[in-house]
Amino acid sequence: MTKIKSLDDLRNRKLQLEQSMDIREKSNNPESLVQIKVAMATCGIASGAREVMNALLEKVEKEKVPAVITQTGCMGYCYAEPTVEVKKPGHDPVVFSYVDVKKAGEIVDKYILKNELLDGILPVNYQTI
Amino acid sequence: MYKMQLLVCGGTGCRASASAQIVENLNASLKAHGLEEDAQVVTTGCFGFCEKGPIVKVIPDNTFYTQVKPEDAEEIIAEHVLKGRKVTRLLYENPKTQEHVADSKHMGFYQKQIRIALRNCGFINPENIDEYIARDGYSALAQVLADLTPQQAIDMVKQSGLRGRGGAGFPTGLKWEIASKNSADQKYVVCNADEGDPGAFMDRSILEGDPNSIIEAMAICGYCIGASKGLVYIRAEYPLAIKRLQIAIEQARECGLLGENILGSKFSFDMELRYGAGAFVCGEETALIHSMEGSRGEPTFKPPFPAQSGYLGKPTNVNNVETYANIPVIFLKGPEWFSSIGTEKSKGTKVFALAGKINNVGLIEVPMGITLREIIYEIGGGIKGGKEFKAVQTGGPSGGCLTKKHLDTPIDYDSLVAAGSMMGSGGMIVMDEDDCMVAIAKFYLEFIVEESCGKCTPCRVGNKRMLELLEKICNGKGNMGDLEQLRNLALVIKDTALCGLGQTSPNPVLSTLDNFYDEYLAHVQDKVCPAGQCRALRHYFINPDICTGCTLCARNCPVQAITGEKRQPHTINQEICIHCGVCYQKCKFNAITVQ
Repeated sequence: MTKIKSLDDLRNRKLQLEQSMDIREKSNNPESLVQIKVAMATCGIASGAREVMNALLEKVEKEKVPAVITQTGCMGYCYAEPTVEVKKPGHDPVVFSYVDVKKAGEIVDKYILKNELLDGILPVNYQTI
Repeated sequence: MYKMQLLVCGGTGCRASASAQIVENLNASLKAHGLEEDAQVVTTGCFGFCEKGPIVKVIPDNTFYTQVKPEDAEEIIAEHVLKGRKVTRLLYENPKTQEHVADSKHMGFYQKQIRIALRNCGFINPENIDEYIARDGYSALAQVLADLTPQQAIDMVKQSGLRGRGGAGFPTGLKWEIASKNSADQKYVVCNADEGDPGAFMDRSILEGDPNSIIEAMAICGYCIGASKGLVYIRAEYPLAIKRLQIAIEQARECGLLGENILGSKFSFDMELRYGAGAFVCGEETALIHSMEGSRGEPTFKPPFPAQSGYLGKPTNVNNVETYANIPVIFLKGPEWFSSIGTEKSKGTKVFALAGKINNVGLIEVPMGITLREIIYEIGGGIKGGKEFKAVQTGGPSGGCLTKKHLDTPIDYDSLVAAGSMMGSGGMIVMDEDDCMVAIAKFYLEFIVEESCGKCTPCRVGNKRMLELLEKICNGKGNMGDLEQLRNLALVIKDTALCGLGQTSPNPVLSTLDNFYDEYLAHVQDKVCPAGQCRALRHYFINPDICTGCTLCARNCPVQAITGEKRQPHTINQEICIHCGVCYQKCKFNAITVQ
């Protein structure tokens, strides 16, 4: 184990390690974060949800977006898979359809960061608990 | 980077229910499904919800699986991790609505809690110092070493209003200041991890779940009082806590966070463990110090206080585990933040170990000033089996009972003392209508008699006499003079015993005498135990309408107290009966009644 010899060493070590704890820190207060849910049922995975999920993870990490990404089961929109639900704090959830890697990037860049809506939003007419 | 993490409780309770096997099976299933890159299994400290252990918590959606068995691992991986479907049957069920609770944020058990001392328990892997560092670990120490003089740091602890969490609630900052002002060539920082109260396990859980917080706090204390040596006095019955503390000390040394010139400063600090044999009296600081020196664990008169002359005659600061666990947070978040929580004279939070007849047995951390009602009915989920609440014993053998009339009293150091009890280390044993308070007082006295070190007469002889009186009362042979005598003895012991443990040992008796005098009267005057617990006061009768004369009871009675003709109703001779209850257990027709 490398020695920590100064305050700067400790800070650097903490910064390096923060990422591995990030997922746990964020789960501690989900209400204050953007919650992104990727539908990862058979239908979703077959349409490429796994690639979308990976792209979102990378993008969120790169842009340092305060978001927590989880996978969910089938949301019922099997015809429109892969689907991604985004809930920003204080907003109603929005479900995006036919998401691919490119669109995943747009969701982060436009909807999450700039609050611009994109095409392909499914009407949400259910409630989650 | 992992998409998911599965936190598995590695506390003593959950490990006893095979949580180590769960970790192994989860890892095997992840591998079988090729998900090792996606999800990670982490062993953590105690989640506190011991009632429903073993616990597996899935991050980031906070799914809280309870009573998980090793064979459930495959289903959790295949359903939850792979397909994103929660395994409903393993979710916590709200006892009131019978509904499954999807995540821990919606569980009543956690909603009222503020976790400061337990901040990392059930969150980080206690055997990995990096996870502690990632959560601002050792930043408080670094900040203190870089920016503050010892006196400034002591002032911050004083401002926070932190009081000792191990018993009497002495202000921690003041204790440090006294130790810092006594000059000597060597001083010592001691951590009291000799948790002896029946039913209390918060110190063990902190050491098992977050050992680095104790190391960091002890180093800060060492800097403040001018000590370069830390000692943890821990009972040998806590093997897992010892193991994790040893790992943590080893890792801290490797990182240079213990040893010479910590973080480039002039401050050097190292620590060692000292094992105790688990004597209750060694929780008293002078007895603890004698035990560490290799002498008999017996208390000595104060003054001199350990801050003046402690371990090996040198100035020594002794604090309890939970007290230390609060220290780093006070520096990270500021004393003002800390003192904004709690009541006027009791700041911060307190960890309580809930035990007894309560639905959610476990470890909770709540702000000072919360009411007993909130603890028992909201966090604790109410009394087991829907029975009626009778009392809660706080402070262990040194404390007393709180009853229905105290349900809405805000709980802090001073209100508990005013109610005839004390904070103690934070054990809370809940009792319902079926518990006999005289028998409870007797239980605690038996504990005290067993654990009394025998040095001073009031504690050694006085408690023994009190126990004899209580046994007499429970056997239905007591008289009114005995009650008088009991109270007199208790008051004398309180005034004359040598150490804090002796002085508080009569508290359970005094408190039950005050709050449940009618139960004592029932035992003494009517020779009846209202709760039906005292065996000698139970009387068995055979209902002649139901008895078939099968002779089973008569054949099993150890003293031949039951007589009667075959196929005719039998009778019990009350003169001979020893109230053992064998006939009651043996009867196949429920013909025997207890009064």
